[in-house]
Amino acid sequence: MALRELKVCLLGDTGVGKSSIVWRFVEDSFDPNINPTIGTKLFVKILPLSATFNSLSCSFSTGQVRASFMTKTVQYQNELHKFLIWDTAGQERFRALAPMYYRGSAAAIIVYDITKEETFSTLKNWVRELRQHGPPSIVVAIAGNKCDLTDVREVMERDAKDYADSIHAIFVETSAKNAININELFIEISRRIPSTDANPPSGGKGFKLRRQPSEPKRSCC
Amino acid sequence: MNEEYDVIVLGTGLTECILSGIMSVNGKKVLHMDQNPYYGGESASITPLEDLYKRFKLPGQPPASMGRGRDWNVDLIPKFLMANGQLVKMLLYTEVTRYMDFKVIEGSFVYKGGKIYKVPSTEAEALASSLMGLFEKRRFRKFLVYVANFDEKDPRTFEGVDPKKTSMRELYKKFDLGQDVIDFTGHSLALYRTDDYLDQPCCDTINRIKLYSESLARYGKSPYLYPLYGLGELPQGFARLSAIYGGTYMLNKPIEEIIVQNGKVVGVKSEGEIARCKQLICDPSYVKDRVEKVGQVIRVICILSHPIKNTNDANSCQIIIPQNQVNRKSDIYVCMISFAHNVAAQGKYIAIVSTTVETKEPEKEIRPALELLEPIEQKFVSISDLFVPKDLGTESQIFISRAYDATTHFETTCDDIKDIYKRMTGSEFDFEEMKRKKNDIYGED
Repeated sequence: MALRELKVCLLGDTGVGKSSIVWRFVEDSFDPNINPTIGTKLFVKILPLSATFNSLSCSFSTGQVRASFMTKTVQYQNELHKFLIWDTAGQERFRALAPMYYRGSAAAIIVYDITKEETFSTLKNWVRELRQHGPPSIVVAIAGNKCDLTDVREVMERDAKDYADSIHAIFVETSAKNAININELFIEISRRIPSTDANPPSGGKGFKLRRQPSEPKRSCC
Repeated sequence: MNEEYDVIVLGTGLTECILSGIMSVNGKKVLHMDQNPYYGGESASITPLEDLYKRFKLPGQPPASMGRGRDWNVDLIPKFLMANGQLVKMLLYTEVTRYMDFKVIEGSFVYKGGKIYKVPSTEAEALASSLMGLFEKRRFRKFLVYVANFDEKDPRTFEGVDPKKTSMRELYKKFDLGQDVIDFTGHSLALYRTDDYLDQPCCDTINRIKLYSESLARYGKSPYLYPLYGLGELPQGFARLSAIYGGTYMLNKPIEEIIVQNGKVVGVKSEGEIARCKQLICDPSYVKDRVEKVGQVIRVICILSHPIKNTNDANSCQIIIPQNQVNRKSDIYVCMISFAHNVAAQGKYIAIVSTTVETKEPEKEIRPALELLEPIEQKFVSISDLFVPKDLGTESQIFISRAYDATTHFETTCDDIKDIYKRMTGSEFDFEEMKRKKNDIYGED
């Protein structure tokens, strides 16, 4: 069975649950304070864009490591899709994601929090950013996360769906906590990915640097 | 209270990003800011092409013949990675190599008597090359065997030479090498830009030749590597490493003041707020009063619609024009890459000519290089000052990187990084210090 590696990048404001969605997809688990070793404390508090140096103090304490990269392989029709999911490493907080982050992505998942209107209004900025730096044929998915918290909902599903339709994006409301629509989100991405590479890079492929065979081997992840 | 950091880094050039990554991996709390809205500072790759036109104040938009603007990622500073050099080692130890793909530069050429010749990359090529005569080739071969066996730590390999005392001139004499071979060795293999090395102890030169041949042995063709999408990927990759280990990133941040109390840095003021720190790393553009000018480099970015003549239609190459071929003191370099590296629109090539400025008319100095490239579709000329810090930062705890020099690779940049690391921490730089300390990858391999 053919194996295709598909890079997926996560976008959206700090605290909307980007990591939790992937964590649920990859490990099928959820932890409200998630495992501190992956630094998800970081995602607990939302900072306004104009956050000051002072308000940074809620961030990440030293010695912690952020999850940066998660993988999962799923079967789609007669292909295996290996999702290589890049996390923002916190660089979204002050809009400092590097163009490298978007490079070569087959899909982007833009996440907002249905209980926070402002995370939906900044969605357009993330889409603009993606159009500017992302590959032209990238599959875009919009996920309204925390749909289990309907009693504090601030964003109507209809509005989000209309917006997603207007930019030809996939739309789902998800709950990483209750495992709602997480697998469906990735299945839909698989479905939308063109069956053959529609836009192969013009210059052809490069290679990854490797250690010399003579050098001692390290466990690589 | 204001937020306190161990280290604040200003500027996202390669040196700053690598140091930021090392500091974060080692548990330091790092705040990393740049006054520009993009990563890379002087070591950025400019995209889209429209931004390059703006940067060089060219009137109007790029013509339609240049293709899509966003297909371009144009380096401001031309350099390649030595396949066995220190930067590659840093990429491997930090696993930043994961974020990038590379290609081997297809060939290295040297200018002699108005023509360019391929620098041999195999023994067969060396025997067939018209760069030197047959007898010279034999003596040269003996010399290369000596260099290959030479081990700085094993005196038995010295063969009567004192690597710390014997000059390179004397070593050449020992092997009875003629002027052509000496020029070739010093400038095309050891990659010296001037002839000053001849009277220095030979150890450094021997190690440079070893680096060249070991790099060449890695992938063949040439000793050089280049990352797809341009050199600007390098600082971005190390910035990501720093962020994974907790570094905070801010772009487009005007830096109003570096606050110094009793001669020592205590913080940085930006947009009316102060972030405190114990140490500061920055590039020369943030501390104009703490650096001095030691020279100038001219760089001319040339866009071509054809590969360079007599390079076998290589999609990438380096050409060295040795100083004595054009009556100069320092060599002129041409680094060429193309659409094959995702840095230019389909069918386009980017050749960057660079050298140390020696006269009042630098553009005239690089004419022999431009002649090799004609016809040139568009030129972008820059003359940059080479700044170095006035002091070591021992007292102020402000550690300033050196400007990127005219060398064709990153070895001097890595030396600067190791030196700053030593001054900041008080201990010798060790590549082991760069290794990721914790897992940040989840899911199956």
